[in-house]
Amino acid sequence: MDSQAIASEPVGPHENQDAHDHPPYLVHHFATIGQQVETASFGMWVFLVTEIMFFGGMFMAYLLYRSWYYHAFVAGSNLLSIQMGTIMTATLIVSSFTVAMGVYCAETRNRKGLIVSLIITLVLGLSFLGIKADEWHGAYVEHHIPGANFSIEDFVHPTDARDIPMAPDEALHTQIFFFLYFSLTGVHALHMIIGCCVLSVLLFQIWGGAYMDGHTSMIQNFGLYWHFVDIVWIFLFPLLYLISRHPLK
Amino acid sequence: MSTSLSLPDQQEATLPKLNYLNTEFGLKSWLLTRDHKRIALLYLVTIAFFFAIGGTAAALMRLELLTPVGDLVSSDTYNKLFSIHGIIMVFFFLVPVAPAVLGNFLIPIMIGAKDVAFPKLNLLSYYLFATGGCIELFTILQGGIDTGWTFTTPLSTHYVNTNVISAAMGIFIAGFSSILTGLNFIVTIHRLRAPGMTWFRLPLFIWSYYATSLIFVLATPVIAIALLLLVLERVFGIGIFDPAMGGDPLLFQHLFWFYSHPAVYIMILPGMGVISEVMACFSKKRVFGYTAVAFSSVAIAVFSFFVWAHHMFIMGISNYSALVFSFFTMLVAVPSAIKIFNWSATMYKGSVTFDTPMLYAFSFIGLFTLGGLTGVMLAALGMDIHVTETYFIVAHFHYVMVGGMVSAVMCGIHFWWPKITGRMYPESLGRLAASTLFIGFNLTFFPQFILGYMGMPRRYHAYPPEFQALNVLSTAGASILAIGYLLPAMYLLWSLKYGKIAGSNPWGAAGLEWEIQSPPLTENFVETPVVDHEAYDYEWLAQKHEHEVKTLG
Repeated sequence: MDSQAIASEPVGPHENQDAHDHPPYLVHHFATIGQQVETASFGMWVFLVTEIMFFGGMFMAYLLYRSWYYHAFVAGSNLLSIQMGTIMTATLIVSSFTVAMGVYCAETRNRKGLIVSLIITLVLGLSFLGIKADEWHGAYVEHHIPGANFSIEDFVHPTDARDIPMAPDEALHTQIFFFLYFSLTGVHALHMIIGCCVLSVLLFQIWGGAYMDGHTSMIQNFGLYWHFVDIVWIFLFPLLYLISRHPLK
Repeated sequence: MSTSLSLPDQQEATLPKLNYLNTEFGLKSWLLTRDHKRIALLYLVTIAFFFAIGGTAAALMRLELLTPVGDLVSSDTYNKLFSIHGIIMVFFFLVPVAPAVLGNFLIPIMIGAKDVAFPKLNLLSYYLFATGGCIELFTILQGGIDTGWTFTTPLSTHYVNTNVISAAMGIFIAGFSSILTGLNFIVTIHRLRAPGMTWFRLPLFIWSYYATSLIFVLATPVIAIALLLLVLERVFGIGIFDPAMGGDPLLFQHLFWFYSHPAVYIMILPGMGVISEVMACFSKKRVFGYTAVAFSSVAIAVFSFFVWAHHMFIMGISNYSALVFSFFTMLVAVPSAIKIFNWSATMYKGSVTFDTPMLYAFSFIGLFTLGGLTGVMLAALGMDIHVTETYFIVAHFHYVMVGGMVSAVMCGIHFWWPKITGRMYPESLGRLAASTLFIGFNLTFFPQFILGYMGMPRRYHAYPPEFQALNVLSTAGASILAIGYLLPAMYLLWSLKYGKIAGSNPWGAAGLEWEIQSPPLTENFVETPVVDHEAYDYEWLAQKHEHEVKTLG
């Protein structure tokens, strides 16, 4: 019954000393700051693995239907705006750079630099979402929303002379392309929205003077998340916009 | 009968003055707690509640099947009963019960940590689980769902009028609880081990839970996306699973079973961890072939990702892929058999006692072996096509899930009950309950093997009269099984107030959790333990006690 004997003296002298000689951001169940930082970063990486599996299901569906309905996927892809896609890709790549700058500034305790780079990141993220919304609105106007107002008119009677008209039953399969387009970009946009919300909270905290004590786990892990969401887009852009397009004139 | 149990002198023994149960009081201190032990108890209460609902549905089904004609419930109601039984038991009992209750309570203590890596996330997991559960209850109150727990498309998307969307969203939300719990455990086991606690000094319990967590984080996101697509298909009719519009219903099956087959190992692997601990303790011997048992857990987790299509042998997948999946399915039997043989070898020349947890462990080994071997039979393509969608399948997975996992959970709860509450349950009643569970279980489900082999299909509320004798046996067994559940519920509750004081190590078990007081302090350890010996070092433990006796004398 040795441990019960110990319990009669619940707060050992060891713990009392402990309470004073560690920084305030060390959570009680970690022994050292190093352990706490490593734990947070490792947790973020495991979370990103689950995210890969989450998107993986939709990529699997894309792979299956693309191999089944190749022509419908080409026709659907041809209707997406390559200019908008490129602008969005560039926006995200630049935002990845600014978020990396933010992490650097946080580590070097450069408050002004941190605020500026995160604000630029937020603006770029929001403009990505704006362009995305405009593109979706365009799809709505052209009756490309599956299940809501889908019309196969554009594929049976294409306006672009380079497109080969499709038979109505084959053209119906473009609906699956557009469904995958909306679900993939939709879930990606949801991740962007969550990212922008977290970013706003971080900016609010930094404005109040947070993260200037060298403990930048939160900023670093947010950076990891932001980069991950960018990388998903780096896969979506070629799969949805670029692959097997008809040649530009 | 021989026993390992040694309780302190009841006249003098008291519960520790300060422990995790009495540091704070009031509802708020429980609902907003970040202590992994309190969160484990929150889960225990919630999951017991869901088990009662799922059990009630099962009882009504067995009552209906007492007679060949549908006289108690209509066929529609019967469909809803087996659907809700499946959904509640799989997603709200079997998947969370061992990780969320035993894992949450024990993992930090066993590795010498003060808490899990992310305590707030742990509490969030609980609330996600509770939210998902509430949505499922709402589904039942709204009139239920009748697709079965598998949500087979296009039935679930096009042909039923029941509450598919809310049922799927309940599971979707509870799924995030699984993901976050798995993430928390992986990070905890990697980063929070005490000094000296190397990977090969970890108890086998931890290895099992690590393998389980791997499946949690890799498989659960896939069912999340599958259910999301299912809901979108049902709401908007976009055709991704609808053959009329070029969609493929099999795609849903692939995505669903890519989670749901590994999920079977989420349900059994933690049980195997519990059995390893109990076998070592009640044989007073190190687990035979520690490394083999440890790696077999990881092997089961890895193989589990390559067998999902064996649920689809009759659904029109290609013959060649069926051959490959059949082969891999048989391969999973190898690591499972390694465990069974090693536990048996652990008992060899050990000093075996027959306490309640050990009886449950015996029950696990016997029933899991039967369930596992029938699984190998089902992996053979010809056999599978003959008995699939019959009661043979029902009996097979109940042997694994109920005979295996529920035995293991009962085993774990009885083994660690003195650690969780500081009090002992009546040992003789415990042995009676363990035997009742074993007898009741076999009487319920063994007749179903025969029924299935004779060709009785599952999921019907009426059947030809020649099947009645075996069905009556099965229903009679179910009533004994129910006693096997109610009895522990009663004496465990009784023991909370009237049980004998257990002391810190009533079983004479090895392991860090037995070196601290029962119930533990909120911080688990007064000082971070330094581990300098292997797991299950019963010789070291015996010497330590010898030493103690000498100094006292």
